[in-house]
Amino acid sequence: MAAEKQRPQTQHTPWNDPQAQPYIRIEHVTKKFGDFVAVNDVSLNVYRGELFSLLGGSGCGKTTLLRMMAGFEAPTAGKIFIDGVDMADIPPYERPTNMMFQSYALFPHMTVEQNVAFGLKQDGVKAPEIKQRVGDILELVKLTQFAKRKPHQLSGGQRQRVALARSLVKQPKLLLLDEPLGALDKKLREATQFELMNIQDRLGITFIVVTHDQEEAMTLSSRIGVMDAGEIVQIGTPQEIYEYPNNKMVADFIGSVNLFEGQIVEDEADHVLISSAEAGSDIYIDHGISSAPGAKVWVAIRPEKLHISREEPQHQVNSLRGVVKGIAYMGNLSIYLIQLDSGKQIKVTQPNQTRAAEQSIDWEDRVTLTFHPNSPVALLG
Amino acid sequence: MHRQSKFILLVLTIGFIFLYAPIVSLVFFSFNESKLVTVWGGFSTKWYGLLVQDQQVLDAAVFSLKIGAVSATLATILGVMAGYILVRFHKFRGRTAFSGMVTAPLVMPEVITGISLLLLFVSFDELLKYWFGPNAALGRGQMTVIIAHVTFTMSYSAVVMRSRFLSLDQSLEEAAMDLGARPTKVFFVITLPIVAPAIVSSWLLCFTISLDDLVITSFTNGPGTTTLPQVIFSKVRLGLDPKVNALATIIISIVACGVIASSFWMRHKERQRQLDEQMAIRAASQAS
Amino acid sequence: MAANDISNLPAGEPQPSGTSRGLPWADALTRFLVSIGIKPRWAVIIVPYLWLTLFFLVPFLIVLKISFAYSVIAQPPYTHLDDAGNLNLNVSQSYGRLISDSLYIGSYLNAIRMAAVSTVLCLLLGYPMAYGMARAKPSTRNLLLMLIILPFWTSFLIRVYAWIGLLKNNGVINNVLGFVEDHLHIFSAINSLWLSLGLSDQPLIGALPWQMMNTNFAVYVGILYSYLPFMILPLYANLEKMDLSLLEAAADLGCKPLKAFFVITVRLSIPGIVAGGMLVFIPAVGEYVIPELLGGPNTQMIGRTLYNEFFLNRDWPTASAIAIAILVLLVGPLMIFQRYQDKQMEGAE
Repeated sequence: MAAEKQRPQTQHTPWNDPQAQPYIRIEHVTKKFGDFVAVNDVSLNVYRGELFSLLGGSGCGKTTLLRMMAGFEAPTAGKIFIDGVDMADIPPYERPTNMMFQSYALFPHMTVEQNVAFGLKQDGVKAPEIKQRVGDILELVKLTQFAKRKPHQLSGGQRQRVALARSLVKQPKLLLLDEPLGALDKKLREATQFELMNIQDRLGITFIVVTHDQEEAMTLSSRIGVMDAGEIVQIGTPQEIYEYPNNKMVADFIGSVNLFEGQIVEDEADHVLISSAEAGSDIYIDHGISSAPGAKVWVAIRPEKLHISREEPQHQVNSLRGVVKGIAYMGNLSIYLIQLDSGKQIKVTQPNQTRAAEQSIDWEDRVTLTFHPNSPVALLG
Repeated sequence: MHRQSKFILLVLTIGFIFLYAPIVSLVFFSFNESKLVTVWGGFSTKWYGLLVQDQQVLDAAVFSLKIGAVSATLATILGVMAGYILVRFHKFRGRTAFSGMVTAPLVMPEVITGISLLLLFVSFDELLKYWFGPNAALGRGQMTVIIAHVTFTMSYSAVVMRSRFLSLDQSLEEAAMDLGARPTKVFFVITLPIVAPAIVSSWLLCFTISLDDLVITSFTNGPGTTTLPQVIFSKVRLGLDPKVNALATIIISIVACGVIASSFWMRHKERQRQLDEQMAIRAASQAS
Repeated sequence: MAANDISNLPAGEPQPSGTSRGLPWADALTRFLVSIGIKPRWAVIIVPYLWLTLFFLVPFLIVLKISFAYSVIAQPPYTHLDDAGNLNLNVSQSYGRLISDSLYIGSYLNAIRMAAVSTVLCLLLGYPMAYGMARAKPSTRNLLLMLIILPFWTSFLIRVYAWIGLLKNNGVINNVLGFVEDHLHIFSAINSLWLSLGLSDQPLIGALPWQMMNTNFAVYVGILYSYLPFMILPLYANLEKMDLSLLEAAADLGCKPLKAFFVITVRLSIPGIVAGGMLVFIPAVGEYVIPELLGGPNTQMIGRTLYNEFFLNRDWPTASAIAIAILVLLVGPLMIFQRYQDKQMEGAE
């Protein structure tokens, strides 16, 4: 069951608008390969102009779902609608979708120009128009001077841009991207992420991106759909997913998290009190959750939400005691590994705000960890 | 790599001597003045001269080349289809049988393939005679030899093409379909051009095997036409013949040139590709 | 998950309204097939399938049929199976003879024996060669590969012919040995030493020239020579792909190199050994040219027997029966070969 809490409002959120019509509708789609269920009863709405990410580990079904939208797999059950049209029995060469493949799939015997023009030729577009549109898109991805090169004469980043250009030039209703940045090195990936977002914004095309990299998903997306074992576990904006994960899997998958097992002691409309032996202290959360009293919960607290200090604890609740067992200095922040009195190990990160912190924490120091009552998230599974 | 053990080196040397000694001796004695092939009588190229005047050999050579070219072309077409089917088409009725029939001729003893094809042709002729009268029979000749050669060389083609299609990135074909091309068009515009080198080597393989075939051709050939292997065989059964040595030398030279040329060609392409990649990386790092 | 079967995608209506482009004749054919309820991909499958069924499979059935006919002096030299409604089956004169006449059983067993021995010899010589090639430096490797492939592309018939010149009584080998013996007298020295030991009163090394042509020995040499590349190439392909870090890990765990070779390298190369073995054994059983050119009158191999039965005796039914007998023998090895092919396909996917 989901925890109900206050959600912050953002600007253009068609998913919150009851009047808005979804551009892509996936209704109860299941895909089985023999006995193996790759996608299990997935339903999902994507709105026009969104950059929607399907996020999950390998084998979670996200690529299969993408391929079903492209038309390379047929759903065992369920329907897919693009702009109101049922895609059943429509082969990939008839669909208003284009795909950017993980391996780029550039035709090795054709130049960059010919690669990009290929889709337009299939549509029967006239030669002058093809030249114009190919020229425009190559300028957009900054590859104009490489137009006559063949793919093997290009670097990895350049090939990726050719693949992008080729899939965009037909101005599809939906662009499907399969791990678009996976083959790039870190620096290139960061630069390309922003480029991708700019292009998408400029052209207004709806993107659905499949990725296993949660940082990428968080950076790029308007919304994220987290998938696990063939099912959609949570859909939300990056902030919603990070701050208000639905369950343990999502909380653990996105970023780092400390999870404490506990039992609900008090469950009111405006607060919850949870006793946790793992934490060694009671946890007070300042909003209500809907559950049964005495129920077992997991409390998730992000490492950056914990405040570390060498002082004695001031309060009875929301105070954890432990010993510093590890310190990692990352430049912009420090990561502390703390062993609580209960024996559990947790992670705390603090930004290095001053050159030499007033009370610098050292190994084997006895510390107190405190947190604001709205920091923890209670999860029921 | 690792230091090669002495034993391995020894075996390699012996093995290659074993493989090449007969070839070397063939070539050597083709220049022998004496008719006794294994006694050296002095250097001479007279056997080459006699060879090119031997009309029987020339006719047989032309016939073999013609059959080779035609059957190689047909076999390659069928082999490309069979290889593609085995790799891209997963479940269809009779797939196991099909797969078995495609690869079995590779190992089937030639006498068996030969006798079965001949009996097929004879039975067919009997059927024609039964339906249309005694003159309807087609007999054996160029047509039957070509059919026979196509049948057993297409397996070689299929195996070469199957291997190539397996290593072909399927997302290339999917990308083409995604961009609006229908499957048959994808095959001719994307797939075939990319696997073209494999098609060429497949053709060459079928051609060579067809040129060299004796047993199956003996069964399926008709009177009045002989292939080069048949001529060679009939000469050789009677004893050693220096003209055969000369012919052998010519064939070996052609094959050697072909293999060496293709090896240089491939090395050149590989080096070209590496240069291209280096250039691309350098350009990319300059641009960023 | 296996790679997608793109031939099985929904065919879709190739309508003018659809924007996708295809080849006009292919679209027309697809339209036609879809309209009569056949999946378009069968247009592709049917061509090689039909060819192979007609020219590979059906002939075997005809061979089977004729093996039950009587041999007659006629054109064609066999009888019909049903003569005016009566079943005219001949078993005794074809299959019966196979069993009763020792020539056939002898050739059969001899062929199996010689093919098997040749396969083992190919393995013994080919394995170290393939191993040496696979472990060589990449540049040397390509050269060696080229050297192995070159004889493979040269005419088989010619290479077998070459051995005649080498093995004859006045052929190259005997001449060279004779020359050496005349000048160095090695063999006579060995022989006198052997006789002085008193173990036997026969010399150890026979007098020159050695009779090598028209013997079983020549046939073994011929088969080994012709089929060696067929053993080396699959073995090389297998060994070349082997992950060498496996051997490093074994050494790191304390395994001696020789033991690692047998336990790891050889074990992993078994598919290559099987492939090479089948590629040699199966065709070698039915060999005709090599026993005919290099063998003696008593080197009867079943392939040669079939050929002679067919062309010399003009006894087509018996020849057919022999063919069926060979096929029955080879079913097992053929299935092993098929299994290996399928495994190769799966492994590559």
